[in-house]
Parts: sequence; C-alpha cells; structure tokens
Amino acid sequence: MNGELHNGHLYAIAAMAVVTLLLRIGGYWLIGRVPLTARLRRGLEALPVAIFAASVLPLAVKGGPAGWIAGPVVAATMYLSGKEILALAAGIAAASFVRGMGF
Amino acid sequence: MSATNTIPFTLSGVRHGVKLCVPFVPGYFLFGAAIGALAAQKGLTFGEALLMNAIVCAAASQMVALEMWRADWTWMHVAAVAGVAAMVNLRFVLSGASLRPWLSPVRAGFVYPALGVLTDGAWAASIRYNAEGGRDFGVLAGSSVFLWLTWISAGVPGYWLGALVTNPHAFGLDLLIVFTFTATLVPILKRTRQFMPLAVSGFVAVAVSYLAPGYWFIAAGAIAGALAAAFWTPKGAS
Repeated sequence: MNGELHNGHLYAIAAMAVVTLLLRIGGYWLIGRVPLTARLRRGLEALPVAIFAASVLPLAVKGGPAGWIAGPVVAATMYLSGKEILALAAGIAAASFVRGMGF
Repeated sequence: MSATNTIPFTLSGVRHGVKLCVPFVPGYFLFGAAIGALAAQKGLTFGEALLMNAIVCAAASQMVALEMWRADWTWMHVAAVAGVAAMVNLRFVLSGASLRPWLSPVRAGFVYPALGVLTDGAWAASIRYNAEGGRDFGVLAGSSVFLWLTWISAGVPGYWLGALVTNPHAFGLDLLIVFTFTATLVPILKRTRQFMPLAVSGFVAVAVSYLAPGYWFIAAGAIAGALAAAFWTPKGAS
C-alpha cells in the first residue's frame, strides 16, 4: 500500500480521468432515474445560473482588487457589446492593469 | 442522422456548436500555456502532459492537481490527487443534471460519449443555446468535441511556450474562469431574469468559500440556488 509506484505519473493521470468521467456522466444518469416533477424541473432550469454564480462570485471576491474590478468590467462589456471575445480581452486588460499598478 | 423523433441531431447543429465555442479558443490556449508551464516545471513529459489534457480535460482540476504533483507516488498520493480532482470537478454532476430536461429523449449511446468530453465552455455555450429555445443535440456534440480537441491542441504550444508565461498571475490568468463564466452568464440572465437563484447561490457560495476549504463552495452555492428556485414558486406557477 505504501510502496513506491513505477509510472506514478500515469496512475495519477488515469485516476483523475476516471473520477472526472464518473462525475461528467453521473449527474445526467442520476437525474434520469427520478421522476421529473414541476419542482425538480424548476430547480434544474435555475441550475445553470446558480452554477455560474457559485463559481464566479467567490473567485472574483478572492481574486483581490483585480477580481473586484475586472469581473464587473467583463459583465459590463458583455452587456453592452454582446461579444465574448471583447469581454474576455477587456477582463484581461483590466486585471493586468490593476495588478501592474501593484495591487 | 436523426437520433430520435423529438430531439434533432444535425450536421448544421454540430457546425453551430463549433461556431458558438470559437470565442473560447484564445482563453483555452492561454490557460493551456499556464498549465503547460506548470506541467513542465513539475517534471511531466510532453506525452504525459498531452495525455492529461486528453483524458482529464478539466483545466481547473489539472491546475490544482499539478500544484500537488510529486516525483514519486504511492497509492495514497494517487488517491489524494483523484480526490482533489473529484472535488474541483464536482460541478460536472450539476451541469450534467442540468442537461437532462433537454437531452433525455436522445439515445444514451450518443449522449454519454459527448458528456465524457464535456467542458465548462461547451456546457455554457450549449445551455445558453437551449435557454434561447434551441434543441439540436448536434450543438452539444459539436461544441464538446471541438473544445476537447482545442484543449489537446492547446497543450502543444502550452508545454513548450509555457515557460514564457512565467507569471500568469500578472495577466489575471487565474481569473480566466471568472471572465469566461461572467461573459456567458450575462446573456442568460438578460433572457431568463433568474436573479433570485443568482443571489441565493452567490451569497451561499461566497459564505462557504470563507468557511470551508477547497472547492465545496461551487456545489453548495449551486444547490442552494437551485433549491431556492424549486421551492419558491413564482405566482401563477403550480
């Protein structure tokens, strides 16, 4: 159990791949095994927005001043232009600027 | 090429899925460079780095795993890396679940291979397409496979040129996922106006991110937001 492994890199990569695959197919599989009530459907419909919010907000808050400024810059650019690539560029520019100023 | 009688699966859908994901390509290459630099630094061979991109294909978990990468491994260390990958990638359970109402009529033999290479970008583009009324399974298949191939390709210059990006932090590359997700969220919000689940999920996630270590905040916030939407019945709905 505690012996050193030959090709440890490969075992680690394979183990990561297997658990990630199970997660990728697991949620879809599981939800297919329960009846899709109106309540469950409303929850699932809200899930995308909920996942985005739960991923973005803590990371932006913890990203320091660059996150606090660049996050809203991306949202505003996207709202006004509707172009992802422009929003992404604005975010990187804003974050580089803030971090370059030493914050 | 029709998979079912209710959900279409067309070549033009596949092409549309690819088109929707093109804006993610520069970000994938930037992230690929940041991870390639780390992989090279931690002693992975070029082949191992590419293999990881191909079969794990989940940037955030790869980055966290590489941070704790080692020269010699025991089964305990392998289990620890797999556990961390599971935690960072837990969100895939939820993104997969969110696709079920759309894709449940599609044959499993088509859906599961596409889910196997699903990335955040492909999910985000597809769920937005679906939120806007689209139903073609080709969009999910096309965007998933396209971004999977993009991520493998990004590993090539990433590994060799990654050394040039010595300080990804200075360019805000640690915030890349914040930027891409925000850019995708804005149009969905504009359309669906789901501000209540957004607020509940965001509040819970930020709170949990300060209270619990690791990446539990994503699952905690997302589940809270979905539960709020499920149980706070809007007026007029059953």
